Amino acid sequence: MKGMAKGPDRWWGGLLKAEWLYSLGLFVILMGAWELLVRYLEVPFYLVPAPSGVLVALKEGFSEGLTSRVGFYLHTYYTLGEALAGFVIGSGSGIILGTLIAQSRFLGKVFVPYLVAFQSLPKVALAPLLVVWFGVGMTSKIVIVAMLTFFPLLVNSIAGFESVDRDVLEMMRSLRATRWQMFVKVRFPSALPFIFAGLSMAIVYSLIGAIVGEFIGGRYGLGIMITQMSSTMDMEGIFSVFVVLSLIGIALYLIMRSIERRVVFWTSRSRDVIGL
Amino acid sequence: MPPFIELRKVTKTYPTLQQETLLALQDISFEVGQGEFVSVVGASGCGKTTLLKIVAGLIPYEGEVRIGGEPVKGPRQDIGFVFQQPVLLPWRTVLENVLLPIEVMGLERSHYEKRARDILQTVGLAEFVDKYPFELSGGMQQRVSITRALVYEPDVLLMDEPFGALDAMTREALNLELLRIWRESQKTVLFVTHSISEAIFLSDRVVALTPRPGKIADTLTVNLPRPRRLETIQTQEFGRLAKHIRSLLGIGEEAGGIE
Repeated sequence: MKGMAKGPDRWWGGLLKAEWLYSLGLFVILMGAWELLVRYLEVPFYLVPAPSGVLVALKEGFSEGLTSRVGFYLHTYYTLGEALAGFVIGSGSGIILGTLIAQSRFLGKVFVPYLVAFQSLPKVALAPLLVVWFGVGMTSKIVIVAMLTFFPLLVNSIAGFESVDRDVLEMMRSLRATRWQMFVKVRFPSALPFIFAGLSMAIVYSLIGAIVGEFIGGRYGLGIMITQMSSTMDMEGIFSVFVVLSLIGIALYLIMRSIERRVVFWTSRSRDVIGL
Repeated sequence: MPPFIELRKVTKTYPTLQQETLLALQDISFEVGQGEFVSVVGASGCGKTTLLKIVAGLIPYEGEVRIGGEPVKGPRQDIGFVFQQPVLLPWRTVLENVLLPIEVMGLERSHYEKRARDILQTVGLAEFVDKYPFELSGGMQQRVSITRALVYEPDVLLMDEPFGALDAMTREALNLELLRIWRESQKTVLFVTHSISEAIFLSDRVVALTPRPGKIADTLTVNLPRPRRLETIQTQEFGRLAKHIRSLLGIGEEAGGIE
């Protein structure tokens, strides 16, 4: 996972060639060892599949048609759609509410105790309830994802606005800047690195939320695929879905980080090529 | 020289946690003439930064402060303030940082952009106009900060230990550069520092402040010829003035804490 996560940086940074090759080598060795162990110890295929079997399942899943219920495409479409829709709604409202709260001490004092209480609640515990309320379709999953991604953005936005350099605000005050000018030219850009750190976290949560929601019930999605395959002990299939999920997760995270690098280019996190 | 900045019995008290009040500055009265370079020198914690921020209209005070005859009631746009730290915005290039006051004040950008480029040229930053602050050294960043304070042509430049965080060599270079800018721009400068030699080297007059509460110990006229060079520091007159200020601030030769 770690080696794969670092991989695509090779094309962006060009600094990781040697490390990347070692990571790839390690991956090949681990897969080979796994394959040999499963065959040598004659582990039943319905407990742990061999990598070669997973590879076959992957190939089959990808060679199905776009609308096939046994292929990856249709289910990926649903899971990704739920994750992204929930991510946009949840993190968007987290940023907006966090920004509003950060502008006023009064609002902060009124809201923060509730937010802390709600944040300490494991949101996935609400998943069954949400399915009851919103049905087994995409809506319930989108709501779960939105709840999961809301808090990192809310908390990080508030922290971001609080991180504003007092000296910079005083400098703006010496120029007789208006409240709006302070917000647009100083406070919001200062909060952006924190907001992006929250978004990188939330994009990973979004996939978790969608899968958990699908486990509770539904018709389409990679989580549904997993539950259906486990009822038929299709371990190779389940592992192939894991691989697809990993690839989606890595891709989402890397896209997020590359946007972050371009938008908040001035932070050390963005300037550090290796800093995934 | 007509007085341009006037302070009359300026006093500043702060409330403390114990319901008492802390007297930070007491009865500070002095004047700065138009085009004059005056330094306020004192140990850390004597209230000299507070004094400068009062003149800038950044903090409330008791007493009377006038600039150009007008009482100071809040921040004003005829003042350029240079802070201890460069306080540049990291997401803006050098030029964009310098033009920040122009945007905030709603002045015409095209006119001031040329002026900004000209000043950046004279402070040796012509090639760095489009660089970001994190690509510059500390000395270069402070040059940008000074340019930002000059770009909108304020009458007064207030400087709060602007070179305090820099190494000795960069500091000397920037002192000379500041004197050149001052000579060419004819600004009225009020400069705060804890370095006695920096205060003497730069100023027409030096106001020595004693700590807790900050009170004026004495105001000295520096009769050293201009333009000043680094050799000026080795002259007898310089040494005499430095010794005098040191004794005013109650620090002997053996005590450290002040340069």
